[in-house]
Amino acid sequence: MAATIVIVDYGMGNLRSVAKALEHVAPADTVVRISSQPAVVRRADRVVFPGQGAAADCMRALRETGLDEAIVEAVRSKPFLGVCMGMQVLLESSEENGGTACLGVFPGRVKSFAAALDALPAGRALKIPHMGWNTVHQTGPHPLWRGIPQDSYFYFVHSYYADPTAEALRLGVTDYGIPFTSALGHDNVFAIQSHPEKSAQAGIRLLENFARWDGQAP
Amino acid sequence: MTLAKRIIPCLDVDAGRVVKGVRFVDIRDAGDPVEIARRYDREGADEITFLDITASSDDRETIVHVVEDVAAEVFIPLTVGGGIRKVEDIRRMLTAGADKVAINTAAVFDPEFVREAADKVGSQCIVVAIDAKQVAQDPPRWEIFTHGGRKPTGLDAVAWARKMASYGAGEILLTSMDRDGTKSGFDLALTRTISEAVRIPVIASGGVGTLDHLVEGVTEGKADAVLAASIFHFGEYTIAEAKRHMAAAGIPVRR
Repeated sequence: MAATIVIVDYGMGNLRSVAKALEHVAPADTVVRISSQPAVVRRADRVVFPGQGAAADCMRALRETGLDEAIVEAVRSKPFLGVCMGMQVLLESSEENGGTACLGVFPGRVKSFAAALDALPAGRALKIPHMGWNTVHQTGPHPLWRGIPQDSYFYFVHSYYADPTAEALRLGVTDYGIPFTSALGHDNVFAIQSHPEKSAQAGIRLLENFARWDGQAP
Repeated sequence: MTLAKRIIPCLDVDAGRVVKGVRFVDIRDAGDPVEIARRYDREGADEITFLDITASSDDRETIVHVVEDVAAEVFIPLTVGGGIRKVEDIRRMLTAGADKVAINTAAVFDPEFVREAADKVGSQCIVVAIDAKQVAQDPPRWEIFTHGGRKPTGLDAVAWARKMASYGAGEILLTSMDRDGTKSGFDLALTRTISEAVRIPVIASGGVGTLDHLVEGVTEGKADAVLAASIFHFGEYTIAEAKRHMAAAGIPVRR
């Protein structure tokens, strides 16, 4: 039977780009599907969770639809790719919207760039959101980094950044006034702050790697 | 390593076709947006902006198909401007595969539209396009104009940029109507004044004629990104050449 990649749709933002990019690189017999149904997410072979919008809206939508539980189950059982807000809500909480409880898959918090940069002498001159192309330093080999040169540029748009407490979770680091975790993961879970579907060759290669990943990490 | 300064080619699209004569020797159909976008992507463009100048409402739908076709093949951020007046227009563009929309006239007539749009789809999707003209020399003052620079609005450009940022704009696309089409370089004083007045990124536009102009936009204008049309369309310079030139001037660019 054909393998399925399900893109989690919680009703915010545009998932077409992610779907198009995956269809572009997935094996021919792979079915790429956008779905808002927890049952479909549970049956998927691989799950992509591309978050958009604010943390509080995202968490509310996930809880109302029951997708929160389906996502946590997927995180425990199959190749899982979190993108942007889909990375941030895997942590315990976010400073966004006056404090938002998140899925708590990994220990750590999501913090505000504004607060971190304003504390630095040169940080006030840095624009928020962190928008545009920045480099991702791979902390070590990983099946999803395969074929992507070290310090490749990826496209970012975000005003908050993930700060996991366990160093071992860090898979990528980017510098914007401060160094921050731009990719994290463990076992079958890989999450990235930038938008691979908009990151030209480097991002497309990452999606290609994910579409073939068996969920084994080094 | 740090955030790269972006180079953004801008294409004018009329009824689904690229106009203002893009001239590449190796492109078969100079009016095909997909072919041109693919070419810019290969050269290393950091984003592509489409400006829909379609006058006839019957042909408005064509830009949606342009975005769909480009987004299926070109995996870099796409911005669409022109005729964005309702949240529904924005949703249609985002669903088609655009990442951002540029709001211009509609913001001037109804600033609350920007707030509503940012609330509904997120600031990261909302670019406010500002067309400014210098109206005083000493001290310099710029005013917002509409209708291709013909109609003054009385709005001060700096105050307007601040207001749009506070209403939830994610980025500002700043065009000097004095320089647009002149090839004499960006209005650097305007660009720097606006860029230093807001915390959100500013894209400089209007007046690029040489690669040095792109450099100045960043070093003196303090722009986060530079947008140009004709120097790339007419084959005078490639995006790759522009990036080499900027890198040689010490500007971080994606290569």
